[in-house]
Amino acid sequence: MSKLTRAEVEKVAALARLGLTSDEVEKLQGDLNLILEQWARLAEVDTSSVPASAQTIVQPMPLRDDTAHPSLSVDAALQNAPSRSGDFVRVQAILSEEADG
Amino acid sequence: MSADLRRATAAQLRAGYCSGEFTPVEAVDALLTAIQREDTALGAWLHLRGDEVRREAAAAEVTYAAARASGAAALDALPPLFGVPVALKDLVNMIGTPTTAGSKILEGYISPYDATIAAKLKAAGALILGKTNMDEFAMGSSTEFSAYKRTVNPWDRERVPGGSSGGSASAVAALHAPLSIGSDTGGSIRQPASLTGITGMKPTYGRVSRYGIVAFASSLDQIGPFARSAQDAALLLHAIAGSDPRDATSSVTPVDAALLKLPQGDQAARALKGKRFALPKEYFVAGMEPGVEAAVRAAVAALQSAGAIIDEVSLPTTEHALATYYIVAPAEASANLARYDGIRYGASKHGGGDLLDGYLATRGRGFGPEVRRRIMLGTYALSAGFYDAYYLKAQKVRTLIARDFDRIWAAGYDAIVAPASPSVAWKFGAKMSDPVAMYLADACTIPTNMAGLPGLSTPCGLSEGLPVGLQLIGAPWSEAGLLSIAAGYEALSANASWRDQDPTDLAALGGAA
Repeated sequence: MSKLTRAEVEKVAALARLGLTSDEVEKLQGDLNLILEQWARLAEVDTSSVPASAQTIVQPMPLRDDTAHPSLSVDAALQNAPSRSGDFVRVQAILSEEADG
Repeated sequence: MSADLRRATAAQLRAGYCSGEFTPVEAVDALLTAIQREDTALGAWLHLRGDEVRREAAAAEVTYAAARASGAAALDALPPLFGVPVALKDLVNMIGTPTTAGSKILEGYISPYDATIAAKLKAAGALILGKTNMDEFAMGSSTEFSAYKRTVNPWDRERVPGGSSGGSASAVAALHAPLSIGSDTGGSIRQPASLTGITGMKPTYGRVSRYGIVAFASSLDQIGPFARSAQDAALLLHAIAGSDPRDATSSVTPVDAALLKLPQGDQAARALKGKRFALPKEYFVAGMEPGVEAAVRAAVAALQSAGAIIDEVSLPTTEHALATYYIVAPAEASANLARYDGIRYGASKHGGGDLLDGYLATRGRGFGPEVRRRIMLGTYALSAGFYDAYYLKAQKVRTLIARDFDRIWAAGYDAIVAPASPSVAWKFGAKMSDPVAMYLADACTIPTNMAGLPGLSTPCGLSEGLPVGLQLIGAPWSEAGLLSIAAGYEALSANASWRDQDPTDLAALGGAA
């Protein structure tokens, strides 16, 4: 099992939307490589004829009636929003005015 | 009187309320006084509902007084936990309370709704004292990864309480609450219960609704009780268990009414005769502390003396459970924690730069080091080109872990008996620089989560003056059976000197001021 390079760690951090400092990337590179050594031991286990389990307590999944129920009020749903405008969550523009036009 | 009320179990509180010997207000006052005096040193609590819970206690007192005036039938009609104080791990949403999951990314978040278990506890008349400290997003084994504060072990202030539910465990061990709620994804109830000398149970996957619980790893997370007796743990589990239309993974399997009438004392001890227990050799691994092994083996010998049949068995996939868990749990966590974007709720660092900069800054600064590590692991395990080698492989090994346990139940065993933790509580900082050492702390509890099974830890003695837990693992839905066995073991060991011993640093917690 090859070791994770710094560039690979940076790529994973970007996929995970984690903004990391240079020191944090370096620390994580070391930690992740230690943990990957543990993961690599799973290759020893013969699973050629074993199905995967997403969960092990298999339960019937009851369907419920498709009826409307009361839910949170707009105010309750927005009470924790960092930035609010009327009944909306305010977010940064994702399109510039030039691109818009 | 107030010292006695701190010590009272939920069952004793209920009996005293019914007889009129004392009241819910007196019980709540005794606990809040202790918390106020000692929590600066203990660090178990993140939020207290002081005035609110006093008001609720006064209302409960009025109800009890009216019921006493009407007679026994009216008292019996009140739910078992009516007027009994309970603490919630700070990942349980309760309307109007801060819910942080131990993370700065949820600093200032106020729950706009109740988790199903919070609603159930309120409806049952339980008095919610407040919220307890935890490892950030329940990721950790010592509570040292809380972004807010250190929780100490009341048995030794220099040592961790275990984790991730360390606040809930320490609060019950330090007599700050008779009952508390924890969550267990890889051992986060059983391991801190073991390290603080109390009872803690992870129920079967699906036994308790998770609606309104901050998610960590959704195929593993389960909510369960901490208490100072098996009977109390059973009462709390009964109050929170059951199917929930808002959680499709909650089970429609009926809640076992036996939880409300667990055998006690000699009756519980006698019921051990003829029980068949499996002792898995893989749980006594290299690196286990000799004092822990000795205490657990002594407990097993006591069960045998009471007429139980003990067989050594093998669960061969145990050695691979840890690696399997540390693929599956981070993978699921990386997906669950994608929701923390700083836009809809929680701490936000949006504003400068573009939208992507806002995500990177919010998440990079809002999550602590262990959560970042797990998100990185999970994102990597699920990324293109690695999915088959890691995640899919882990899901296959998971099948083998579950089959190991299936063979035990098919052979007719009533429970597996094992250590709950390979060590007693360790000193602060001892495992903080080595993530793999910290992960190994859960080696005895993780396989149960991988298989979805119920498990508990019950105190079975001391090693070097620190608590050791005996773990009982059972077939799906066998919670009442496991708790009955624990009640039997409590009766067998009722006269042991360690049973009467207060946590060794309990008195010192209040003396610091």
